[in-house]
Amino acid sequence: MMKPRLAVHKFTSCDGCQLAILNMGEELLTLADLVDIVHFAEAGPVEPEAQVDIAIVEGSVSTPDELERIKRVRENSNCLITIGACATTGGIQALRNHQDSSQWVSDIYPQAQFIQSLNTSTAIREHVRVDFELWGCPVNSRQVKAMLRSLLFGVSPIDEKSSLCLECKRQQNPCVVVTKQEPCMGPLTRTGCGALCPHFGKACFACYGPSETVNSHSLVKRYQGFGVSKEDMIRRFNHIQNNAAAYKESVINIARNFDE
Amino acid sequence: MNKRELEIKVPVLARVEGEGSLELLIEGEELREAKLSIFEPPRLFEKFLEGRHYTEVPDLVARICGICPVAYQMSAVHALEGLFDTRISEWIRAMRRVYYCGEWIESHALHIHLLALPDFLGYQSAPEMAKDHPLAVKRGLRIQALGNDLIKLFGGRSVNPVGAEVGGFSGAPTKKEVNTLYSRLDQCIDESAELLEWLLTFSLPESNQDFPGVSLRHEYEYPMNEGRLASSDGLNIPVDAFENHFVERQVPHSTAFQCYRDDKAYLVGPLARCVLNSQHLNKQVKTILDAAKLKLNVGNSYHSLIARAMEILHAASEAKDLLRNYVKPNTTREKIITKAGVAIAATEAPRGTLWHRYEIDADGLVCKARIVPPTSQNQARIEADLRHALTTLGLYRPEEELRFQAEQIIRNYDPCISCATHFLDLRVNRQ
Repeated sequence: MMKPRLAVHKFTSCDGCQLAILNMGEELLTLADLVDIVHFAEAGPVEPEAQVDIAIVEGSVSTPDELERIKRVRENSNCLITIGACATTGGIQALRNHQDSSQWVSDIYPQAQFIQSLNTSTAIREHVRVDFELWGCPVNSRQVKAMLRSLLFGVSPIDEKSSLCLECKRQQNPCVVVTKQEPCMGPLTRTGCGALCPHFGKACFACYGPSETVNSHSLVKRYQGFGVSKEDMIRRFNHIQNNAAAYKESVINIARNFDE
Repeated sequence: MNKRELEIKVPVLARVEGEGSLELLIEGEELREAKLSIFEPPRLFEKFLEGRHYTEVPDLVARICGICPVAYQMSAVHALEGLFDTRISEWIRAMRRVYYCGEWIESHALHIHLLALPDFLGYQSAPEMAKDHPLAVKRGLRIQALGNDLIKLFGGRSVNPVGAEVGGFSGAPTKKEVNTLYSRLDQCIDESAELLEWLLTFSLPESNQDFPGVSLRHEYEYPMNEGRLASSDGLNIPVDAFENHFVERQVPHSTAFQCYRDDKAYLVGPLARCVLNSQHLNKQVKTILDAAKLKLNVGNSYHSLIARAMEILHAASEAKDLLRNYVKPNTTREKIITKAGVAIAATEAPRGTLWHRYEIDADGLVCKARIVPPTSQNQARIEADLRHALTTLGLYRPEEELRFQAEQIIRNYDPCISCATHFLDLRVNRQ
C-alpha cells in the first residue's frame, strides 16, 4: 500500500510548532516510516507544490504572497490541519490588527517601501477551509502524534477543548486563584499544555486559547475583587491569542463594563 | 563577451525565515554581486512590546524564535534586572546556566544532525541519512532530547518555556526530578565526546578569511549571561556601549537588518565563542581537540560544525557539575522594585550574541524596545563568505556545484532553522 503523503508548510511564525515534530526524537524516524514526508523545509525535503494527503500548516497569513500560497496549499491537500496559535488565530503578531501597522513598519524599518506586509495577521481558517485545528502556543509532540495517529487510523482527531482547570485538578496542583489570589486564565483556557504554569505556581496566561465555554464576565469580576486593574485585565486577554473570537469579545466587554 | 548572470533562489530561508534568495552576478571571471536576500515576514515585535508590563516580557520575547526562546528570555531578564538593581541568588545564577546549557545542547544537536550532517554525508534529510547511519542519527536525537529535558526542568516545555521570570524562576524542580535527569547526563557526556571525536575525523574544507569574531567574554567562566563584549581583533567594551560600535543597516533585499561593527562585517556564534574563550572550555573538550590537532579558525566557517559539538560537550559537563548537589530552595525568585530607565543586556544565544534594550517607565511598562539578534549580525558575514567561497571554488563550475556550495556556506552559520533549507533554486541567465 502506498504511504500517505505529508507536507509541513510554514507561514508567518516563530518555527516553534514545527519543533513538535523535530523534537520527537527517535519517533521522528518512526513517523518517516509511517508517512511519506514530501515537503518539510526545516527537515530537508522541499516540494511546496506537491499533492498530499495531509498538509500541516504553521503560521499566520501576513503577507500578499501568503494570501496566494495558502490557496495553493488547500488545492493540493486532501486534509489541511493548522498547528499553533499563529495558524489558528493569527498569533501574537495579530496584535497589529488593532493598530495602524504601516506606521509600525516605518517605525522599525527606515525604508519601509521594501517591506511587503499586510496590515493584518490572520488565521488560516479566514482564507481557506480547514479540516482540523490544533491549538496552543506552541503545540506539543503529544498533540501532533495523537492527531496524526487518528488520521492514519481513519478517524477524526479528538478536539480537546475543555478548560485547563480539569487537567490542573487531575494533577493536584494547588489552585493559584484560591491559594495566591493570582488572576489565572486557566478557567477560560483550553487544555492541552499539561497545566505547566500552575504546576510552577504561576498563573496561566492563556497561550492555548479559549476553552469551550468562556464566561469572562464572572471571572473578571472575581479578579477585579483581587485588585487587578482594568488595563492589566485587558492585557491578559489581548495577549498571545488576542485574535480568538471569545477573547476579543471579552476585551470589548471589559472595556465597557469593568468599572460597574 | 563571456558574461554569465546567475540568480540563486532560496525560497524558504528562515528567521530571517520566510523567503530568501541569493543573487549572483557573474561577468567573465568576476563575481560582480553576491546578495543574500531575506524575506522573513516582519512580525513587528518591538512595536507590540510597547505598553506591556515588564513581567510579560519574558513570555512575549520567547515567541520571537521557537528554537532559542531561552536566549530571548535570558537577555530580557538580565536587562530588566540590571535596571532594577536586582541581586539574584547564587542558586538562580547557577540554574539559569543549566537552563541555557539545555538550549545550547538542543539547538546545536538539532543543527548538526538534522541540518548540517546530510550535506557532509550526501543525503537530503536526516531520516534518509538514518537508514545508512542509524546509530549516529539516534545518538544525535538522544543528545537533542536531553537538551530539551534540561529546559523542561525549569520551563515546563522546551519551546516557549514558562518558568523564566524577571527576578528568577516561577518554581523549581524537585530533587527527584533532577536526579532522574542527572542520571542520564553521564551517557550524554560520553555520547557528546564520541560525536566530537567523530566530527573531527571529517576532512573539512580549508578556508582562511580575515575577519573578526565577536562574543561575550567573562573573567572566570565560559560566557552565557554575563561578561563584556570582546572581539578577536581587540575590542573589549561593556554591553551597554554596543550602540557606539555596532550599527544596523537596512538593505533593500532583506527584512532583516545587517549589522556592522565599525563598518566591518563580523562573526558571532559558537565558533567565535570557542576561539575567544578557549581558556574556559571544559578540560575534556580541550583534550579531544588537542588530540585531533585541529586549530580552530574564525576565518573558516566550516569549523563552526566542530565548535557546536565542542559546546554540546562543554554544556553537558557543566550542567552535570551544576546539578550535582542540587537542593530545592525556599525561594526561586527575588523581589523586584521597579524603576524607570534604560535596560540593556546581551547574552550568548546558541547562534551568537543577542542584544536587548528596553526603555521602562515608572509603572514598569515598556516604552520602547530594540532587539539585535545573532542572524542579523552574521548576515553581512555570510554574504562575504559566499563571495569568497564561490570565487575560490571557481565561478566557471557547473551551477549545481555552485548551488550546493552556497547552501552549505549558509548552513555553516545556522542562520536559523528554516534558514537552513535544503535546496536552492538556481537560475542562470547567460549573456
